[in-house]
Amino acid sequence: MKPFPFAAIVGQDEMKTAMVLTAIDPKIGGVLVFGDRGTGKSTAVRALAALLPPIEAVRGCPVNSERPGDCPEWAHVTDTTIIARPTPVVDLPLGVTEDRVTGALDIERALTRGEKAFEAGLLARANRGYLYIDEVNLLEDHIVDLLLDVAQSGENVVEREGLSIRHPARFVLVGSGNPEEGELRPQLLDRFGLSVEVKSPGDIETRIEVIRRRDAYENDNAAFMAEWTAQDADLRTAILAARKALPAMATSNLVLHDCASVCLALGSDGLRGELTLLRAARALAAFEGAAEVGRDHIRRTAPMALRHRLRRDPLDEAGTTARVARQLAEVLP
Amino acid sequence: MQAGLAPLCPRRLHPFMGAEALDGGLDLSRTLAEGRAVRHAGLLSRDGPVLLTMAEGCPPALAVRLGQVLDTRPGISLVALDEACDDDQGLPPALADRLGLFLDLDGLAMADTAAIVLPGAAIAAARARLAHLRSDPAAQDRLTRVAAQLGIGSLRAPLLALACARASAALRGADAVQEADLRVAVELVLAHRALRLPEPEAPPPEQPETPPPQDTQGRDRTSDTEIPDDLLVEAARAALPPGLIARLQAARLARSSASARSGAGARRKSARRGRPLPARAGKPGADARIDVIATLRQAAPWQRVRTRLFPHAPRGRLLLLPSDIRIRRHEDRSDRLLVFVVDASGSTAVARLAEAKGAVELMLAEAYATRDHVALVTFRGIGAELALPPTRSLVQAKRRLAGLPGGGGTPLAAALRCALETAAQARRRGMAATLALLTDGRGNIALDGGADRARAAEEATTLARAIAAAGLPSLIIDTALRPRPQLAALAGAMGARLIALPRADARGLSTTLSAALGR
Repeated sequence: MKPFPFAAIVGQDEMKTAMVLTAIDPKIGGVLVFGDRGTGKSTAVRALAALLPPIEAVRGCPVNSERPGDCPEWAHVTDTTIIARPTPVVDLPLGVTEDRVTGALDIERALTRGEKAFEAGLLARANRGYLYIDEVNLLEDHIVDLLLDVAQSGENVVEREGLSIRHPARFVLVGSGNPEEGELRPQLLDRFGLSVEVKSPGDIETRIEVIRRRDAYENDNAAFMAEWTAQDADLRTAILAARKALPAMATSNLVLHDCASVCLALGSDGLRGELTLLRAARALAAFEGAAEVGRDHIRRTAPMALRHRLRRDPLDEAGTTARVARQLAEVLP
Repeated sequence: MQAGLAPLCPRRLHPFMGAEALDGGLDLSRTLAEGRAVRHAGLLSRDGPVLLTMAEGCPPALAVRLGQVLDTRPGISLVALDEACDDDQGLPPALADRLGLFLDLDGLAMADTAAIVLPGAAIAAARARLAHLRSDPAAQDRLTRVAAQLGIGSLRAPLLALACARASAALRGADAVQEADLRVAVELVLAHRALRLPEPEAPPPEQPETPPPQDTQGRDRTSDTEIPDDLLVEAARAALPPGLIARLQAARLARSSASARSGAGARRKSARRGRPLPARAGKPGADARIDVIATLRQAAPWQRVRTRLFPHAPRGRLLLLPSDIRIRRHEDRSDRLLVFVVDASGSTAVARLAEAKGAVELMLAEAYATRDHVALVTFRGIGAELALPPTRSLVQAKRRLAGLPGGGGTPLAAALRCALETAAQARRRGMAATLALLTDGRGNIALDGGADRARAAEEATTLARAIAAAGLPSLIIDTALRPRPQLAALAGAMGARLIALPRADARGLSTTLSAALGR
């Protein structure tokens, strides 16, 4: 069964916007979705996979290289055909071993033929695509360290059995989790470009609409998909158009000034906040077909780009979302 | 149960299965013996029902993995047997949310149950019918409303209930979902998730809003021919044995915050003791011991490669490389510290101080048995003091308690600050701290010792929030003869459980504390 269509997800606009923005500009660096159970976090991520436009890659290349020349040596790719394939969305299961993440020597070939060969891991498969971690706050520390390292360098290095393997590993990190079960380490938190909080809808009509669509999806799949596939296709077209418009998107000095002053007022650590905010605002402007980035785009992307980068204040119980909103109202009237 | 499910032949899982056992992998011993790759199938590689025993001990990683399987593989169904006692942790919430039906077998003896026989033919017929059952907007509507009335946030619940109602209709041989099916769905799927039951007299909270103008067709049918939502809520009430809600809620509460509240210290990785975890690559050293078997397993497959790689190595010997070395890991629980914050001010001293002392003493005796550490903060007059630094010494604690004077103002804020500092220090030394505050809640002395009621209250609230932000599990025992709303507000800010004990003696207090702390 095909995944639930992205366009058919009821409400949760901030989460959907954040995901669309990363699809437009992967440099934004991923989305973290935190919230209650049964609010459609995993549904949205799985829907995103089906929504994303296909990428072009060399056939048989384990790291989805764009050009034959980019294929890593160890893969021995002889084919030079370029094929279109769905954007990879790779699930990183919680109990995963390091070997499966980074890749390791191919145990089967070593056993049966006595050969040394590298078996690519999840990081290789996720290159140029998405890496999805459900319940990211429960991930074991040593796997987190490894991911941080790779996310920083964009390259995966494996040294073992006298083999030295390296391959590009650039991926958009998508994480979801429930804050009740544990916090995320600040270093990992900072790696996510955008962060959104989802709540279970409080309005009864919205809830009924969710149930209605999901029920139709499960029990009347053909008709339901026919209805929504077209809308998903429209969304995909819009994403492609936005990608095209992105390089030419004008960013005035005023906008840069706004970004900097919002981050300064909030006291977010480092400069990654500014960069992400700017990229997200540009992507939003491109998505909406605006000619240049405006203050409104910044105002709308600031909460998701900054809320997870603030120092925690034990004496302010209102939460970071409220703090971002308060500062925004002051700095960008 | 086993026998009843026999025609479906469920595969058994237990909580400590590794990824290999679940997903399959290379069968190392056979591969080595036969010289060709032999794979073994995992438990989850084919469709069918799966039985998870001892589900209460299911680690989060497995719960999430099973949740993903349930989400993406409609062919696999899961039966989880939660054998937790009352105060134990139950099923991990990530998994509980995804499981549809709930049965409470509490108090049922084997002799009371008839043999379960699944009517195979009827099930097959029902399955065929299910495909043609049309979806029913009224059923969707009502199950969602009932779920909302029961305070169920997750949207999976009404979906699962809907599926249950449809299956029930198919089994009855009906071609549409009727109220009997909705009842079954509410009883089996929604009732146990309820966070609140609307009082029978009170109007349901969502009803006063204007009825939705869209979808009038569905609404009309509801009001004409079918029982109103209230009756379904009533069905939920009937399905719940008395006390179950409270029990489930207690379990939820225990789970919702740090594990310290559930009676055990925080889990931590340890190199030396505790339950074994899978071995990891690493360097042996003072705090790491080699796992010999895992190391040999790691090295075994590479021997053929290595004999080629190192042609001069002596024959017939195992070739180990540093990267093969696996070290042992264990998971154990950190020590627990119970910080008692006892109000010795004038207002309490008269009435309750003796009981509080007695209760603390009893708790101390018990803490000695459970090897907990205990600390005591008292507050009276213009400040708070750490009367007993974290200790396990019963004698010392008793002596300090006996000599505890009473009387004076209630510097609540100072007490909270002192407790927070003690807990933070303990945490740095690897202990999991829990606060238990015994007070009547009339804080009237500010941090600087001034008698300013308003400022004192404000400071107490701020510090309570800081305690909540630090993630310290806490408990407030209201010892006032007449409970006051201020203390409830303080408990809210602190994320603490509030227990009012207007007339308990020392033993009653101690029992309540033990129960609340889950021992």
